[in-house]
Amino acid sequence: MIELKNVSKRVGKVVHIKPTTLRLEAGQFNVLLGATGSGKTSLIKLIAGLDPLASGRIILDGQDVTRLNTQKRNISLVHQFFVNYPHMTVFENIASPLRVAGMAKSEIESRVEEAAGLLQLVPVLMRRPHELSGGQQQRTALARAIAKESRAVFLDEPLANLDYKLREELREQLPELFSDRGCVVVYATSEPEEALLFGGNAALMNDGHVTQFGPTADIYRNPDNLTAARIFSNPPINAVGVVKKGAQAHLECGACWGLEGAAARLPDGKYTMAVRAHRVLPMRTGNADVALNGRVIVTELSGSESSAHFQLGSNAWVSLAGGVHPYSVGENHTFYMNPCHCRYFAPDGRRAV
Amino acid sequence: MKTENQKAWLFVLPVLFLVAFNALVPMMTVVNYSVQETFGNNQFFWQGLDWFEQILRSDRFHAALGRQFLFTATILAIEVPLGIIIALSMPRQGIWVSVCLVLMALPMLIPWNVVGAMWNIFALPKIGMLGYFMNDVLGVSYDMTQDPLAAWITVVAMDVWHWTSLVVLLCYAGLMSIPDAYYQAAKIDGASAWSVFRHIQLPKMKTVLTIAVLLRFMDSFNIYTEPFVLTGGGPGNSTTLLSIDLVKIALGQFDLGPAAAMSLIYFAITLLVSWVFYTLMTKDDRR
Repeated sequence: MIELKNVSKRVGKVVHIKPTTLRLEAGQFNVLLGATGSGKTSLIKLIAGLDPLASGRIILDGQDVTRLNTQKRNISLVHQFFVNYPHMTVFENIASPLRVAGMAKSEIESRVEEAAGLLQLVPVLMRRPHELSGGQQQRTALARAIAKESRAVFLDEPLANLDYKLREELREQLPELFSDRGCVVVYATSEPEEALLFGGNAALMNDGHVTQFGPTADIYRNPDNLTAARIFSNPPINAVGVVKKGAQAHLECGACWGLEGAAARLPDGKYTMAVRAHRVLPMRTGNADVALNGRVIVTELSGSESSAHFQLGSNAWVSLAGGVHPYSVGENHTFYMNPCHCRYFAPDGRRAV
Repeated sequence: MKTENQKAWLFVLPVLFLVAFNALVPMMTVVNYSVQETFGNNQFFWQGLDWFEQILRSDRFHAALGRQFLFTATILAIEVPLGIIIALSMPRQGIWVSVCLVLMALPMLIPWNVVGAMWNIFALPKIGMLGYFMNDVLGVSYDMTQDPLAAWITVVAMDVWHWTSLVVLLCYAGLMSIPDAYYQAAKIDGASAWSVFRHIQLPKMKTVLTIAVLLRFMDSFNIYTEPFVLTGGGPGNSTTLLSIDLVKIALGQFDLGPAAAMSLIYFAITLLVSWVFYTLMTKDDRR
């Protein structure tokens, strides 16, 4: 388990990581989810001890490692780029941290063989990195992390530079690889789908700040602020201004619906309503649906799904529906949404209900 | 249907023309001289391979070739490790990067004969700063005009001063192209500074280092201007390198035939050694 207590990073006067407190558990994936430049890599480098902390403490398995050298923390890191020693064979690459640790030869061999077996590297053990495909190079880096049997493994967008097929393949394999190893796995990604696939816990990052942390599925369903909702959404979530008056919510275009429960008890005023794209559909699904008549700007067809971007008043909306739907760009089309899927956020971005 | 014609040859002509005038024609002139004897008046007599035989058997050529190899080996043995060490100790970021780069580039920007003249004045006993310092301050006898060893040290020092920067700049470029991720990986593995050099920096510098060694070999093997201005090949023949000897034969004695034969042998040796270097240094990549 890794505990971060008020950890922060500054370079000169620029704050890269705002004070962050997190508890990353072993035995499951801890996903850092955020856009490029949101501070995922910075945070990983802080925990790994590659960059100095501006404040705070890091506790690794009950031991305070804040002042401990990187190499003494017994951790591994797999980068987005394929980092292997260029002139060493795959075997030597996987064995290198074990050699440095002064492990016995037989032990090294058995560990390398086990890791290579898990990652299907046995046939290429005697090759050098430049003779391997990108997928094999990254699997070599992963095997090195596994053979080391470290207390914490940091995976910094390890699949980002792989082609689509390999990415899918490795993505399915990863949770299995680390499931029984008892180490803390921290996985940084910019793709919401990856976070959902791995389950475990997720920390949503934005601008050097963890906006929300908790079980991945919970955060997806109940983002507690608008930023978190935006980060954890692909295609982008529809965030639109609404005015609450009495027990009714009014959109700028005139559409309105009745509010129930806690939402109805909010004070009157302006809010931001957010609803995911797959909840805005081109056909009516129930009596409670609100009709939204907008002009279609862009359409995309991705095999089994159709998405449409449409303009409604000053807001651009996105709809994502299963199946093939014939939209014509430039023409008006009616979309429907059930208000029960709407989440309401106060003007400061915090979840209102 | 595909029509074939010979028009493409027209496009090759300009290059052929250029290459002919800057390489083939001069080269063939040399080949022409090397098999003939001339006494002036444009009279030539067929000589066959006699000049080649004479050069290859001559003690004078053997001595010059020996000095040439000794010189090249010495400066490579100094410049390559020194260049790597300087490149490793240069800053990777900040304002000092450009300061260092300019300082490094300066010696290479100075014309070759100026370098020779500078070092000549610098090293002369009594007049030169180095000469004065060695003889009158340190009390070490140092006179490159009299002592062959002093002359050699001065010529080598001049070449090291003039050309180490080339190795430094090439190595530095190689080092800068290594992503931080490699250093981080090494740090996490707990690799020592030597391991980082041996397993990351050196392999990543290999390509540029091959180029650096090749360039330094070819340049130093063909060196003429600087030692000619500095020592003129002396004292005696002690710093008469191949090219200096060649010019002495060709222009001093006006023996065009032997000089041409020697040029061709010289050229063949340069080519052969370059090829051996290249083959050895890229052996691993092609396996």
